[in-house]
Amino acid sequence: MERLPKGGFLMPTMTYLQAISDAMREEMRADERVFVMGEDIGTFGGAFKVTDGFIDEFGPQRVMDTPLAESAIVGCAIGAACEGLRPIAEMQFSDFISCGFDQLVNVAGKMFYRQGLSVNITVRLPSGGGFSGGPFHSQNPEGWFMHSPGLKVVAPSTPEDAKGLLISAVRDPNPVVFMEHKHLYRRVKGEVAAGTYETPFTARIARPGTDLTVIAYGAMVHTALEATQDLDGASVEVLDLRSLVPLDEEAILASVRKTSKVVILDEANRTCAAGAQVSALIAERAWEDLDGPVVRVATPDVPIPFSPTLEQAVLPQVDDVREACRELLAY
Amino acid sequence: MATEAAQSGTAEVPPDVSEHLTPGDRVGLLRAMLMMRGIEERAMTLYRQGKVPGSFYDGFGQEAVSAGPAWALAAEDRLCILHRDLAAHVIRGVPTERIFAQYMGRDGGITGGRDGNVHFGDRTKGCVGMVSMLPDMMLIATGLAMAFKLRGEARVAMTWFGDGSTSRGDFHEAMNWAGLQRLPVIFILENNQYAYSTPVGQQYAVDPVERAAAYGFPGVKVDGNDCEATFEVTRQARERALAGEGPTMIEAVTMRMHGHAAHDDMKYVPKEQVEEWQAKDPIDRQVRRLEALGIDVPALREEVKAEIETAVAAALESPMPDGETATDRVFADAPALLEDGNAPWSGFQRAAS
Repeated sequence: MERLPKGGFLMPTMTYLQAISDAMREEMRADERVFVMGEDIGTFGGAFKVTDGFIDEFGPQRVMDTPLAESAIVGCAIGAACEGLRPIAEMQFSDFISCGFDQLVNVAGKMFYRQGLSVNITVRLPSGGGFSGGPFHSQNPEGWFMHSPGLKVVAPSTPEDAKGLLISAVRDPNPVVFMEHKHLYRRVKGEVAAGTYETPFTARIARPGTDLTVIAYGAMVHTALEATQDLDGASVEVLDLRSLVPLDEEAILASVRKTSKVVILDEANRTCAAGAQVSALIAERAWEDLDGPVVRVATPDVPIPFSPTLEQAVLPQVDDVREACRELLAY
Repeated sequence: MATEAAQSGTAEVPPDVSEHLTPGDRVGLLRAMLMMRGIEERAMTLYRQGKVPGSFYDGFGQEAVSAGPAWALAAEDRLCILHRDLAAHVIRGVPTERIFAQYMGRDGGITGGRDGNVHFGDRTKGCVGMVSMLPDMMLIATGLAMAFKLRGEARVAMTWFGDGSTSRGDFHEAMNWAGLQRLPVIFILENNQYAYSTPVGQQYAVDPVERAAAYGFPGVKVDGNDCEATFEVTRQARERALAGEGPTMIEAVTMRMHGHAAHDDMKYVPKEQVEEWQAKDPIDRQVRRLEALGIDVPALREEVKAEIETAVAAALESPMPDGETATDRVFADAPALLEDGNAPWSGFQRAAS
């Protein structure tokens, strides 16, 4: 489905997954420094088919099938970036970045601060649960990287932002951790501009409102929107963070000042999650603007269980968010 | 001391091991090693005087492991240098004054006080600064070589790593990938017999140089205390890499003559082992070669000493970094990449002319 919007540019409708593919394809066409690397991404097209067909267009040199070696994927990407290339490294699942953690956190994250040498890498982390992936295919490890200086962390919720944020990440001279939520891959569709464009590492208001703010990112933005679209007539603002590092503090504070009530939603485990940082920020800088306690809805501190009934019991559900909002509205 | 033991023990002139070194190269190699030893001895004094914060790590007795290989690299080649390889920094052209400023955590150091003494790499000389997790830099060198291959460039990347490093997974991941892709990378195993206090006998059951074959490329063992031998094996490895024949692993066998760092009295090392290696001192060996050629070595020593003292004085003038700047420079606003370094080997000058 395509239509011509104002200005006459093509605005095809894409899934979140197609938008990620489109971002990489367009950047690789426009910039020969950009290449992709990861496990099973070439001939097979990737575990989720994000790079399906890439090897035919760009060849095996720029669509590099790697051995099963996450530390090598991140480390070699860093080396190539030091020489001016712009690698996009895919972890097959975000969970596997634990095997490349040292290279990302200790080598990439600290390089510019220590040596003045920039490391232009993008590490794509297919993350999140909701489909019985179990403890090693469902995690949301963004908090690990928020706590590691020198890494930028972004987490789009829409196809339009997935494309724009990924292009911005590829062009950023710093290491960027790109959290792409697997549960959104084929579930979310939207209009995406053709060609290349950058989306800034700032928050966006997903829906404006005046009575209460729900702050979320990634898949939880959709949970927040669904939970609050018809909430006893309340006007609920949904703020989509989009970027966790840098964190758009001014956008968060502005929304809190407007609504005075905040629910913070994380799919990640509760302790030291992105929402914990947002909560601390509000406590430190918006205390006087609040008309109720900061409320958090997050996954408890457990590994993500496999069985659907167990998984649904721990991941924040629409009803959990609705209930939290109702309680806070009544405070 | 090393000099006396060497002279009384094996005073003969070492045999020639490379046809590719002019007298100028041979002097240059000695000069780099004298600079390394002189800088590190002077820095140890500064450490004891409280002017070098933290601890201090040196490569006393291992000078030939970095001098020879670094001499064999071209300006456009890239290096990931380890903490006992100061001669490589010297050869690439890092100003001595900045090395001392680096040790003292001063503003004028390579990292501007943001990282400790030996954790530096001057990106403007084609060097990537090491991290403490070893052997992480094997993968960075592999990635550099991958970039050269992707762009079809005739360049090599080189890194050093220790005997302890061979136990960690990044060693395997780098060796495997480099072998698989036949990348132009040179891995130098700096076998100095100890990883902190752990002897090689407790590190591995099989000599790592034998493992290279399992990854599909040669492993070459070399006398790590002979700078001309380490130069020659590296020169050959570089030729192999440029010919598209892939990586080489070089095991340079040497001995860590000091403790792991300044605080370590290395009581765990048998006295006889230290004495045995004192007789193999790499600087004494090169001195004998040059004396046989009629080179005025005492004059060279004086020149090096004077340069070091001038550099120390200048480094002491460098201010300590302003605490207000500690949170600056976490992120880059624009790309800042590797640039070419010095490549003094006469072979490159001949090729250019």
